[in-house]
Amino acid sequence: MQLTKEEIQHIAELSRLNLSAEEEEKYRNQLGSILDYVKMLDEVKTDKVMPTAQVSGLMDVFREDTVKPWNQEEAEASLSQSERENGNVKVKRVLQ
Amino acid sequence: MNLNELNIKQARELLDSGKTTSLEITEACLAQIAAQDGQIHACLTVCATEAREAARAADKRLKQGEKGPLLGIPYLCKDILMTKGIRTTAASKILENYVAPYDATVVRKLKEAGAVMLGKTNLDEFAHGASTENSAFGPTKNPYDLTRVAGGSSGGSAAAVAANMCLFALASDTGGSIRQPSSFCGVVGLKPSYGRVSRFGLLSMTSSTDVVGPIAKTAEDAEIVFKAIAGQDELDATSAPEKIIIDSQKNIIDSQAKTLSGLRVGLPKEYFLPELNPEIKTRVMALADRLKEAGAEIKEVSLPYTKYGIPVYYIITPSEISSNLARFDGIGWGLKDEEAQNLQEFYKKSRGAGFGPEAKRRIMLGTYTLSAGYYDAYYKKAQTVRTLIINDFNQAFKKVDVLLTPTVPHGAFKIGEKSNDPLAMYLEDIFVTGASLSGLPAISIPAGTVKVKDGGDMPLGAQLIGARFQEEMLFKISEFLV
Repeated sequence: MQLTKEEIQHIAELSRLNLSAEEEEKYRNQLGSILDYVKMLDEVKTDKVMPTAQVSGLMDVFREDTVKPWNQEEAEASLSQSERENGNVKVKRVLQ
Repeated sequence: MNLNELNIKQARELLDSGKTTSLEITEACLAQIAAQDGQIHACLTVCATEAREAARAADKRLKQGEKGPLLGIPYLCKDILMTKGIRTTAASKILENYVAPYDATVVRKLKEAGAVMLGKTNLDEFAHGASTENSAFGPTKNPYDLTRVAGGSSGGSAAAVAANMCLFALASDTGGSIRQPSSFCGVVGLKPSYGRVSRFGLLSMTSSTDVVGPIAKTAEDAEIVFKAIAGQDELDATSAPEKIIIDSQKNIIDSQAKTLSGLRVGLPKEYFLPELNPEIKTRVMALADRLKEAGAEIKEVSLPYTKYGIPVYYIITPSEISSNLARFDGIGWGLKDEEAQNLQEFYKKSRGAGFGPEAKRRIMLGTYTLSAGYYDAYYKKAQTVRTLIINDFNQAFKKVDVLLTPTVPHGAFKIGEKSNDPLAMYLEDIFVTGASLSGLPAISIPAGTVKVKDGGDMPLGAQLIGARFQEEMLFKISEFLV
């Protein structure tokens, strides 16, 4: 299965990845051959099979909704190690 | 024997009897790293100052009469586990200068146990790979032949243990990343059952299969480390409560028994296809013979969906990766593009420059398989075949207690041999993805050597797969065999 140049550019856009023209061409070929390979799953009959999303054997894991103290410095560094202002994270302009 | 060559059990005796100190063993390991790592490149960060400090603290505790299985034992940690104050890079440019604000639960547990962290080991970027060649900081070389790979993604941890740079190492296994490099480097590597060890502070790759486990010199050592890091963690909601572990544990082998009588060992025929290298088959069958002599019953079993393990894994894994790696957006941490004019451009440029080729490939692949119109055809299809693979194992474990297989279908390959062919690299995982997708415990133990193309003999591992939470049985059988 060959992906078109437009399809690769669309996937890169969804992935938020800047790619060079050379990378686009490389991934177009490589993703095509990987997708060809995984297509072998089509030969498996699965209409009566339930999908598996996780294997923990657990369902609905709850905990008490209580606030616990957390070292301020550690909490802030966990939020962001870049620019912060009044406990908020500073980002680039969102609207033009 | 140099102190860095000791295993944990030997070091324990010397430390407890006061014949050596943690600082002396730590110095021997640091000296070995200094002497060997220029060539092998198992370590990304060595924290000698902090290690010496931790060793002195352990010596103090020992002097006060404290006992503990890992007290004063030096180890290396895969650089995908967060370590407070020591950088955590995931072998990626995007996290090159990242210093975690807290420890992963496993790291914290080892710290409390008095183990001494020497540094952080190399890996494929974000653990994406089977050779450590995808590290942004250069590949790890196999200590047995420097022109060959150490395997991956935990190649640094496996090579470091094999080269006696530490007494054990922490690693992670998502689809073989502990077992395959352990096979290539001739060491013992355990992938615990999913949920048996906390994932808190492990940089997420494939959240539904990621597990932290030990790489060690002996099975007994792997068991010691496993016991220290296992257990439910309130910071990881997928970690298994004690109750479900106890319910699942069957006393198959009496730990005091000298025979394996009553043990049923399965050889899955799909793992011994005619194209399997006959030398590898001979090595694994030699282990089966020894189990038989000890009283075990050997049976052929079938796992018919085995061949779909790789395609299922390489849909589910990139899908989860594309979601998990979305957090690396340049804002909170990591490499950022300062030139970008707006937020979209900032994301794309930061990520485009920060991620290496394999991470990008997997993000793209996963984005595609999860995208509108393709979700059912790829992701959901893979999830249903995953159910069939799990059913295979469930059926097999009605007939046998443990499965014995090769870990990898060959010895370590040459650096560069597969790096331009992502699909060939994915096929490395043929014998290891099944246990990962099913959440089962699996251990790779040394099984001798195998002749490799244009080279001599390289180490080879055999894999034991158990039913969920049957780690104890895997250790018992491994200790019997090695």
